[in-house]
Amino acid sequence: MEQAILGGLQGLINGFLHLDWRSIVMLCVGLVLLWLGIKKDCEPLLLVPIGFGCILVNIPVADLMGKEGFLRVIYDMGVSNELFPLLIFVGIGAMTDFGPVLANPSTFLLGAAGQFGIFLTLIIALALGFPQLDAVSIGIIGACDGPTAIYVSSRFAPHLLGAVSVAAYSYMSLVPVIQPPIMRLLTTEKERNTIMPSMKGSVSKTTKLLFPLVITVIGGLIAPMGLPLLGTIMLGNLMKESGVVSRLTKASENEIANVVTLFLGLSIGATMVGSAFLRPQTLIVLCLGLFAICLDTVCGVCFGKIMRVMSGGKVNPLIGAAGISAFPMSARVVQKEGQKYNKKSYLLMHAMGANAGGQVGSVIAAAVMLSVLAGMGIIK
Amino acid sequence: MDNFTFGVTMMVCGMGGTILTLYIMSLIMRLLGKFFPFKKEEE
Repeated sequence: MEQAILGGLQGLINGFLHLDWRSIVMLCVGLVLLWLGIKKDCEPLLLVPIGFGCILVNIPVADLMGKEGFLRVIYDMGVSNELFPLLIFVGIGAMTDFGPVLANPSTFLLGAAGQFGIFLTLIIALALGFPQLDAVSIGIIGACDGPTAIYVSSRFAPHLLGAVSVAAYSYMSLVPVIQPPIMRLLTTEKERNTIMPSMKGSVSKTTKLLFPLVITVIGGLIAPMGLPLLGTIMLGNLMKESGVVSRLTKASENEIANVVTLFLGLSIGATMVGSAFLRPQTLIVLCLGLFAICLDTVCGVCFGKIMRVMSGGKVNPLIGAAGISAFPMSARVVQKEGQKYNKKSYLLMHAMGANAGGQVGSVIAAAVMLSVLAGMGIIK
Repeated sequence: MDNFTFGVTMMVCGMGGTILTLYIMSLIMRLLGKFFPFKKEEE
Protein backbone atom coordinates (compact mmCIF):
# COMPACT_ATOMS: atom_id res chain seq x y z
CA MET A 1 0.00 0.00 0.00
CA GLU A 2 2.77 2.39 1.02
CA GLN A 3 4.61 1.57 -2.16
CA ALA A 4 1.52 2.25 -4.24
CA ILE A 5 1.08 5.66 -2.59
CA LEU A 6 4.77 6.48 -3.09
CA GLY A 7 4.50 5.37 -6.71
CA GLY A 8 1.45 7.57 -7.16
CA LEU A 9 3.23 10.55 -5.63
CA GLN A 10 6.26 9.80 -7.80
CA GLY A 11 3.97 10.12 -10.83
CA LEU A 12 2.94 13.58 -9.66
CA ILE A 13 6.48 14.87 -9.30
CA ASN A 14 7.89 13.10 -12.34
CA GLY A 15 7.67 16.25 -14.46
CA PHE A 16 9.66 18.27 -11.91
CA LEU A 17 12.29 15.53 -11.64
CA HIS A 18 12.90 15.56 -15.38
CA LEU A 19 13.04 19.34 -15.65
CA ASP A 20 16.56 20.23 -16.81
CA TRP A 21 18.09 23.66 -17.48
CA ARG A 22 17.34 23.41 -21.20
CA SER A 23 13.64 22.94 -20.56
CA ILE A 24 13.62 25.91 -18.17
CA VAL A 25 15.39 28.16 -20.69
CA MET A 26 13.02 27.08 -23.45
CA LEU A 27 9.99 27.72 -21.23
CA CYS A 28 11.37 31.24 -20.82
CA VAL A 29 11.87 31.53 -24.60
CA GLY A 30 8.23 30.51 -25.05
CA LEU A 31 7.17 33.16 -22.54
CA VAL A 32 9.24 35.81 -24.34
CA LEU A 33 7.56 34.92 -27.64
CA LEU A 34 4.16 35.17 -25.97
CA TRP A 35 5.13 38.53 -24.47
CA LEU A 36 6.26 39.79 -27.90
CA GLY A 37 3.00 38.66 -29.45
CA ILE A 38 0.61 39.77 -26.71
CA LYS A 39 2.23 42.86 -25.26
CA LYS A 40 4.28 44.15 -28.17
CA ASP A 41 1.86 43.13 -30.93
CA CYS A 42 4.69 41.52 -32.96
CA GLU A 43 3.00 39.15 -35.43
CA PRO A 44 0.69 37.88 -32.64
CA LEU A 45 -1.15 35.48 -34.94
CA LEU A 46 2.04 33.46 -35.28
CA LEU A 47 4.08 34.25 -32.20
CA VAL A 48 1.30 33.34 -29.74
CA PRO A 49 0.82 29.76 -31.05
CA ILE A 50 4.60 29.41 -31.60
CA GLY A 51 5.29 30.53 -28.03
CA PHE A 52 2.64 28.23 -26.60
CA GLY A 53 3.83 25.31 -28.75
CA CYS A 54 7.34 25.96 -27.45
CA ILE A 55 6.09 25.82 -23.86
CA LEU A 56 4.06 22.65 -24.48
CA VAL A 57 6.91 20.75 -26.07
CA ASN A 58 9.40 21.62 -23.36
CA ILE A 59 7.34 20.32 -20.47
CA PRO A 60 9.09 17.03 -19.74
CA VAL A 61 7.50 13.57 -19.73
CA ALA A 62 4.38 14.70 -21.64
CA ASP A 63 6.29 13.99 -24.90
CA LEU A 64 3.86 15.86 -27.13
CA MET A 65 6.22 15.51 -30.08
CA GLY A 66 6.53 11.77 -29.48
CA LYS A 67 5.15 9.24 -31.91
CA GLU A 68 1.55 9.69 -30.80
CA GLY A 69 1.73 13.17 -29.33
CA PHE A 70 -0.85 15.59 -30.69
CA LEU A 71 1.80 18.10 -31.77
CA ARG A 72 3.52 15.37 -33.79
CA VAL A 73 0.20 14.56 -35.45
CA ILE A 74 -0.27 18.21 -36.45
CA TYR A 75 3.36 18.48 -37.58
CA ASP A 76 3.10 15.38 -39.76
CA MET A 77 -0.25 16.53 -41.08
CA GLY A 78 0.97 19.74 -42.62
CA VAL A 79 4.53 20.81 -41.90
CA SER A 80 6.65 17.80 -42.80
CA ASN A 81 4.77 17.53 -46.12
CA GLU A 82 4.83 21.34 -46.66
CA LEU A 83 1.03 21.55 -46.92
CA PHE A 84 0.38 24.30 -44.34
CA PRO A 85 2.59 27.00 -45.91
CA LEU A 86 0.91 26.32 -49.24
CA LEU A 87 -2.57 26.73 -47.76
CA ILE A 88 -1.42 30.00 -46.21
CA PHE A 89 -0.27 31.08 -49.65
CA VAL A 90 -3.76 30.59 -51.09
CA GLY A 91 -4.99 33.02 -48.42
CA ILE A 92 -2.17 35.49 -49.12
CA GLY A 93 -3.02 35.42 -52.83
CA ALA A 94 -6.66 36.05 -52.00
CA MET A 95 -5.72 39.03 -49.85
CA THR A 96 -3.17 40.66 -52.17
CA ASP A 97 -4.08 43.31 -54.70
CA PHE A 98 -1.56 43.25 -57.53
CA GLY A 99 -3.20 46.35 -59.09
CA PRO A 100 -0.40 48.80 -58.18
CA VAL A 101 2.33 46.59 -59.63
CA LEU A 102 0.25 45.91 -62.75
CA ALA A 103 -0.25 49.64 -63.18
CA ASN A 104 3.49 50.22 -62.98
CA PRO A 105 5.30 46.98 -63.94
CA SER A 106 8.78 48.49 -63.54
CA THR A 107 8.29 48.39 -59.76
CA PHE A 108 8.26 44.61 -60.13
CA LEU A 109 12.03 44.78 -60.58
CA LEU A 110 12.37 46.33 -57.13
CA GLY A 111 10.89 43.06 -55.90
CA ALA A 112 13.84 41.30 -57.51
CA ALA A 113 16.42 43.61 -55.93
CA GLY A 114 14.84 42.95 -52.55
CA GLN A 115 15.81 39.29 -52.82
CA PHE A 116 19.59 39.84 -53.03
CA GLY A 117 19.82 39.29 -49.29
CA ILE A 118 18.79 35.66 -49.73
CA PHE A 119 21.72 34.78 -51.93
CA LEU A 120 24.33 36.91 -50.18
CA THR A 121 23.34 35.44 -46.81
CA LEU A 122 23.49 31.95 -48.29
CA ILE A 123 27.12 32.58 -49.27
CA ILE A 124 27.95 33.92 -45.80
CA ALA A 125 26.29 30.90 -44.17
CA LEU A 126 28.41 28.64 -46.37
CA ALA A 127 31.52 30.58 -45.38
CA LEU A 128 30.59 30.08 -41.71
CA GLY A 129 30.62 26.33 -42.27
CA PHE A 130 26.92 25.51 -42.53
CA PRO A 131 26.10 22.54 -44.79
CA GLN A 132 24.77 23.56 -48.21
CA LEU A 133 21.06 22.86 -47.63
CA ASP A 134 21.21 24.47 -44.18
CA ALA A 135 22.71 27.56 -45.84
CA VAL A 136 19.82 27.60 -48.33
CA SER A 137 17.31 27.49 -45.47
CA ILE A 138 19.10 30.28 -43.61
CA GLY A 139 19.35 32.43 -46.74
CA ILE A 140 15.62 32.09 -47.36
CA ILE A 141 14.92 34.14 -44.21
CA GLY A 142 15.92 37.01 -46.52
CA ALA A 143 12.73 36.37 -48.48
CA CYS A 144 11.11 38.10 -45.49
CA ASP A 145 8.22 35.76 -46.04
CA GLY A 146 7.22 33.32 -43.30
CA PRO A 147 5.46 30.64 -45.38
CA THR A 148 8.30 30.56 -47.96
CA ALA A 149 10.89 30.21 -45.21
CA ILE A 150 8.87 27.42 -43.58
CA TYR A 151 8.31 25.65 -46.91
CA VAL A 152 12.02 25.60 -47.74
CA SER A 153 13.40 24.85 -44.29
CA SER A 154 10.86 22.14 -43.46
CA ARG A 155 11.96 20.42 -46.63
CA PHE A 156 15.73 20.79 -46.46
CA ALA A 157 16.66 21.60 -42.88
CA PRO A 158 13.84 20.57 -40.53
CA HIS A 159 16.24 20.84 -37.58
CA LEU A 160 16.49 24.59 -38.28
CA LEU A 161 12.75 25.09 -38.77
CA GLY A 162 12.15 26.64 -35.35
CA ALA A 163 15.03 29.11 -35.59
CA VAL A 164 14.33 30.01 -39.23
CA SER A 165 10.60 30.56 -38.63
CA VAL A 166 11.05 32.58 -35.46
CA ALA A 167 13.67 34.71 -37.23
CA ALA A 168 11.48 35.21 -40.31
CA TYR A 169 8.37 36.24 -38.37
CA SER A 170 10.16 38.29 -35.72
CA TYR A 171 12.15 40.30 -38.23
CA MET A 172 9.09 40.78 -40.43
CA SER A 173 7.37 42.45 -37.53
CA LEU A 174 10.49 44.52 -36.89
CA VAL A 175 10.55 45.94 -40.43
CA PRO A 176 9.46 49.40 -39.16
CA VAL A 177 12.49 49.38 -36.85
CA ILE A 178 15.03 47.75 -39.18
CA GLN A 179 14.39 49.60 -42.43
CA PRO A 180 14.25 53.37 -41.70
CA PRO A 181 17.88 53.79 -40.50
CA ILE A 182 19.15 51.93 -43.58
CA MET A 183 16.94 54.04 -45.84
CA ARG A 184 18.26 57.24 -44.28
CA LEU A 185 21.85 56.06 -44.43
CA LEU A 186 21.78 55.23 -48.13
CA THR A 187 19.88 58.22 -49.48
CA THR A 188 20.56 61.94 -49.67
CA GLU A 189 18.01 64.48 -48.47
CA LYS A 190 17.39 65.53 -52.07
CA GLU A 191 16.56 61.94 -53.03
CA ARG A 192 14.24 61.48 -50.06
CA ASN A 193 12.44 64.70 -50.95
CA THR A 194 11.62 63.54 -54.47
CA ILE A 195 7.91 63.71 -55.21
CA MET A 196 6.82 60.91 -57.52
CA PRO A 197 3.96 61.67 -59.91
CA SER A 198 0.69 60.03 -58.95
CA MET A 199 0.10 56.72 -60.70
CA LYS A 200 -1.91 57.14 -63.85
CA GLY A 201 -4.36 54.69 -65.29
CA SER A 202 -6.15 51.78 -63.74
CA VAL A 203 -5.81 48.15 -64.68
CA SER A 204 -8.44 46.35 -66.69
CA LYS A 205 -10.33 43.41 -65.24
CA THR A 206 -9.00 41.17 -68.06
CA THR A 207 -5.40 42.03 -67.15
CA LYS A 208 -6.06 41.30 -63.50
CA LEU A 209 -7.59 37.95 -64.45
CA LEU A 210 -4.86 36.97 -66.86
CA PHE A 211 -2.04 38.00 -64.53
CA PRO A 212 -2.22 34.99 -62.14
CA LEU A 213 -2.67 32.57 -65.03
CA VAL A 214 0.24 33.89 -67.09
CA ILE A 215 2.53 34.17 -64.06
CA THR A 216 1.73 30.59 -63.04
CA VAL A 217 2.44 29.17 -66.48
CA ILE A 218 5.59 31.22 -67.19
CA GLY A 219 6.92 30.93 -63.63
CA GLY A 220 6.09 27.21 -63.56
CA LEU A 221 7.94 26.62 -66.81
CA ILE A 222 11.03 28.53 -65.64
CA ALA A 223 11.10 27.17 -62.09
CA PRO A 224 8.94 24.03 -61.91
CA MET A 225 10.25 23.03 -58.48
CA GLY A 226 8.67 26.12 -56.99
CA LEU A 227 5.32 25.72 -58.70
CA PRO A 228 3.50 24.75 -55.48
CA LEU A 229 4.47 28.13 -53.99
CA LEU A 230 3.67 30.15 -57.08
CA GLY A 231 0.59 28.16 -58.02
CA THR A 232 -1.11 28.49 -54.64
CA ILE A 233 -0.57 32.25 -54.31
CA MET A 234 -1.83 32.77 -57.85
CA LEU A 235 -4.83 30.48 -57.28
CA GLY A 236 -5.85 32.65 -54.35
CA ASN A 237 -5.41 35.77 -56.46
CA LEU A 238 -7.39 34.35 -59.40
CA MET A 239 -10.26 33.49 -57.06
CA LYS A 240 -10.21 37.04 -55.68
CA GLU A 241 -10.05 38.74 -59.08
CA SER A 242 -12.63 36.49 -60.73
CA GLY A 243 -15.19 37.57 -58.17
CA VAL A 244 -17.30 34.48 -58.84
CA VAL A 245 -16.11 32.34 -55.95
CA SER A 246 -16.39 34.83 -53.13
CA ARG A 247 -17.19 32.05 -50.64
CA LEU A 248 -13.95 30.26 -51.47
CA THR A 249 -12.01 33.52 -51.44
CA LYS A 250 -13.39 34.48 -48.04
CA ALA A 251 -12.77 30.99 -46.68
CA SER A 252 -9.17 31.08 -47.96
CA GLU A 253 -8.37 34.44 -46.41
CA ASN A 254 -10.28 33.82 -43.20
CA GLU A 255 -11.29 30.36 -41.97
CA ILE A 256 -8.65 28.28 -43.77
CA ALA A 257 -5.85 30.78 -43.16
CA ASN A 258 -6.84 31.09 -39.47
CA VAL A 259 -6.98 27.35 -38.79
CA VAL A 260 -3.78 26.68 -40.69
CA THR A 261 -2.00 29.58 -38.96
CA LEU A 262 -2.90 28.07 -35.60
CA PHE A 263 -1.65 24.61 -36.57
CA LEU A 264 1.43 26.02 -38.26
CA GLY A 265 2.36 28.13 -35.26
CA LEU A 266 1.89 25.27 -32.81
CA SER A 267 3.93 22.92 -35.00
CA ILE A 268 6.78 25.40 -35.34
CA GLY A 269 6.79 25.97 -31.59
CA ALA A 270 6.86 22.19 -31.20
CA THR A 271 10.16 21.99 -33.08
CA MET A 272 11.79 24.23 -30.48
CA VAL A 273 12.91 21.45 -28.16
CA GLY A 274 15.68 22.61 -25.84
CA SER A 275 18.27 20.03 -26.90
CA ALA A 276 17.87 21.01 -30.57
CA PHE A 277 17.29 24.75 -30.17
CA LEU A 278 19.79 25.77 -27.52
CA ARG A 279 22.90 25.65 -29.63
CA PRO A 280 25.27 28.40 -30.82
CA GLN A 281 24.03 27.55 -34.31
CA THR A 282 20.58 28.99 -33.47
CA LEU A 283 22.09 32.31 -32.44
CA ILE A 284 24.05 32.44 -35.70
CA VAL A 285 20.88 31.68 -37.67
CA LEU A 286 19.05 34.53 -35.91
CA CYS A 287 21.94 36.94 -36.64
CA LEU A 288 22.17 35.86 -40.27
CA GLY A 289 18.40 36.30 -40.66
CA LEU A 290 18.65 39.89 -39.46
CA PHE A 291 21.60 40.44 -41.76
CA ALA A 292 19.61 39.03 -44.71
CA ILE A 293 16.72 41.44 -44.19
CA CYS A 294 19.12 44.39 -43.82
CA LEU A 295 20.81 43.35 -47.07
CA ASP A 296 17.44 43.15 -48.83
CA THR A 297 16.75 46.73 -47.81
CA VAL A 298 20.21 47.89 -48.85
CA CYS A 299 19.91 46.27 -52.28
CA GLY A 300 16.34 47.51 -52.75
CA VAL A 301 17.28 51.12 -51.97
CA CYS A 302 20.39 50.90 -54.18
CA PHE A 303 18.25 49.58 -57.03
CA GLY A 304 15.84 52.44 -56.39
CA LYS A 305 18.79 54.81 -56.83
CA ILE A 306 19.67 53.16 -60.14
CA MET A 307 16.05 53.56 -61.28
CA ARG A 308 16.20 57.19 -60.23
CA VAL A 309 19.25 57.79 -62.43
CA MET A 310 17.68 55.93 -65.35
CA SER A 311 14.40 57.83 -65.03
CA GLY A 312 16.10 61.20 -64.88
CA GLY A 313 15.41 61.77 -61.20
CA LYS A 314 11.71 60.88 -61.19
CA VAL A 315 11.97 57.91 -58.82
CA ASN A 316 12.28 58.31 -55.07
CA PRO A 317 14.78 55.57 -54.07
CA LEU A 318 12.99 55.04 -50.77
CA ILE A 319 10.40 52.89 -52.59
CA GLY A 320 13.19 50.34 -53.21
CA ALA A 321 13.02 49.40 -49.53
CA ALA A 322 9.50 48.09 -50.13
CA GLY A 323 10.75 45.43 -52.55
CA ILE A 324 10.52 42.82 -49.81
CA SER A 325 7.69 40.49 -48.98
CA ALA A 326 6.51 42.11 -45.73
CA PHE A 327 3.21 43.23 -47.28
CA PRO A 328 1.90 45.92 -46.77
CA MET A 329 4.00 46.86 -43.75
CA SER A 330 7.06 47.78 -45.76
CA ALA A 331 5.06 50.02 -48.11
CA ARG A 332 3.63 51.85 -45.10
CA VAL A 333 7.14 52.34 -43.70
CA VAL A 334 8.23 53.91 -47.01
CA GLN A 335 5.18 56.21 -47.07
CA LYS A 336 5.82 57.32 -43.49
CA GLU A 337 9.51 57.88 -44.10
CA GLY A 338 8.84 59.81 -47.33
CA GLN A 339 6.37 62.09 -45.58
CA LYS A 340 8.85 62.85 -42.84
CA TYR A 341 10.97 64.72 -45.37
CA ASN A 342 8.29 66.08 -47.67
CA LYS A 343 4.71 66.41 -46.56
CA LYS A 344 3.59 66.56 -50.19
CA SER A 345 5.21 63.24 -51.03
CA TYR A 346 2.76 60.34 -51.47
CA LEU A 347 4.80 57.22 -52.08
CA LEU A 348 2.26 54.69 -50.85
CA MET A 349 0.93 53.41 -54.19
CA HIS A 350 4.42 53.23 -55.73
CA ALA A 351 5.67 51.43 -52.63
CA MET A 352 2.66 49.08 -52.76
CA GLY A 353 3.70 48.18 -56.31
CA ALA A 354 7.24 47.41 -55.14
CA ASN A 355 5.85 45.54 -52.15
CA ALA A 356 3.55 43.38 -54.29
CA GLY A 357 6.58 42.81 -56.53
CA GLY A 358 8.49 41.74 -53.43
CA GLN A 359 5.70 39.32 -52.53
CA VAL A 360 5.94 37.61 -55.90
CA GLY A 361 9.72 38.15 -55.97
CA SER A 362 10.28 36.17 -52.79
CA VAL A 363 8.24 33.28 -54.14
CA ILE A 364 10.06 33.41 -57.48
CA ALA A 365 13.43 33.56 -55.70
CA ALA A 366 12.56 30.44 -53.70
CA ALA A 367 11.19 28.71 -56.79
CA VAL A 368 14.30 29.54 -58.83
CA MET A 369 16.50 28.43 -55.95
CA LEU A 370 14.74 25.04 -55.74
CA SER A 371 14.95 24.55 -59.48
CA VAL A 372 18.67 25.45 -59.54
CA LEU A 373 19.26 22.98 -56.68
CA ALA A 374 17.37 20.31 -58.62
CA GLY A 375 19.34 21.17 -61.75
CA MET A 376 22.59 20.71 -59.84
CA GLY A 377 21.34 17.34 -58.62
CA ILE A 378 21.42 18.39 -54.96
CA ILE A 379 17.70 17.78 -54.45
CA LYS A 380 15.24 15.59 -56.29
CA MET B 1 30.29 19.82 -54.96
CA ASP B 2 32.50 22.18 -52.99
CA ASN B 3 31.01 25.13 -51.16
CA PHE B 4 32.66 27.75 -53.37
CA THR B 5 31.21 26.28 -56.59
CA PHE B 6 27.84 25.85 -54.88
CA GLY B 7 27.77 29.44 -53.62
CA VAL B 8 28.81 30.98 -56.91
CA THR B 9 26.31 28.83 -58.85
CA MET B 10 23.49 29.80 -56.50
CA MET B 11 24.44 33.47 -56.78
CA VAL B 12 24.70 33.49 -60.56
CA CYS B 13 21.84 31.13 -61.46
CA GLY B 14 19.66 31.89 -58.44
CA MET B 15 19.86 35.67 -58.33
CA GLY B 16 20.29 35.94 -62.09
CA GLY B 17 17.35 33.61 -62.62
CA THR B 18 15.19 35.60 -60.19
CA ILE B 19 15.95 38.92 -61.88
CA LEU B 20 15.44 37.45 -65.34
CA THR B 21 12.15 35.79 -64.39
CA LEU B 22 10.79 38.94 -62.80
CA TYR B 23 11.96 41.00 -65.77
CA ILE B 24 10.12 38.65 -68.15
CA MET B 25 7.06 38.90 -65.93
CA SER B 26 7.20 42.69 -65.92
CA LEU B 27 7.36 42.63 -69.73
CA ILE B 28 4.35 40.32 -69.83
CA MET B 29 2.47 42.66 -67.50
CA ARG B 30 3.30 45.57 -69.77
CA LEU B 31 1.99 43.59 -72.75
CA LEU B 32 -1.18 42.64 -70.89
CA GLY B 33 -1.73 46.30 -70.09
CA LYS B 34 -1.29 47.20 -73.76
CA PHE B 35 -3.52 44.46 -75.14
CA PHE B 36 -6.23 44.92 -72.54
CA PRO B 37 -6.21 48.59 -71.59
CA PHE B 38 -8.50 49.90 -68.91
CA LYS B 39 -11.79 51.19 -70.29
CA LYS B 40 -13.86 53.85 -68.62
CA GLU B 41 -16.93 51.57 -68.70
CA GLU B 42 -15.19 49.26 -66.21
CA GLU B 43 -15.51 51.92 -63.56
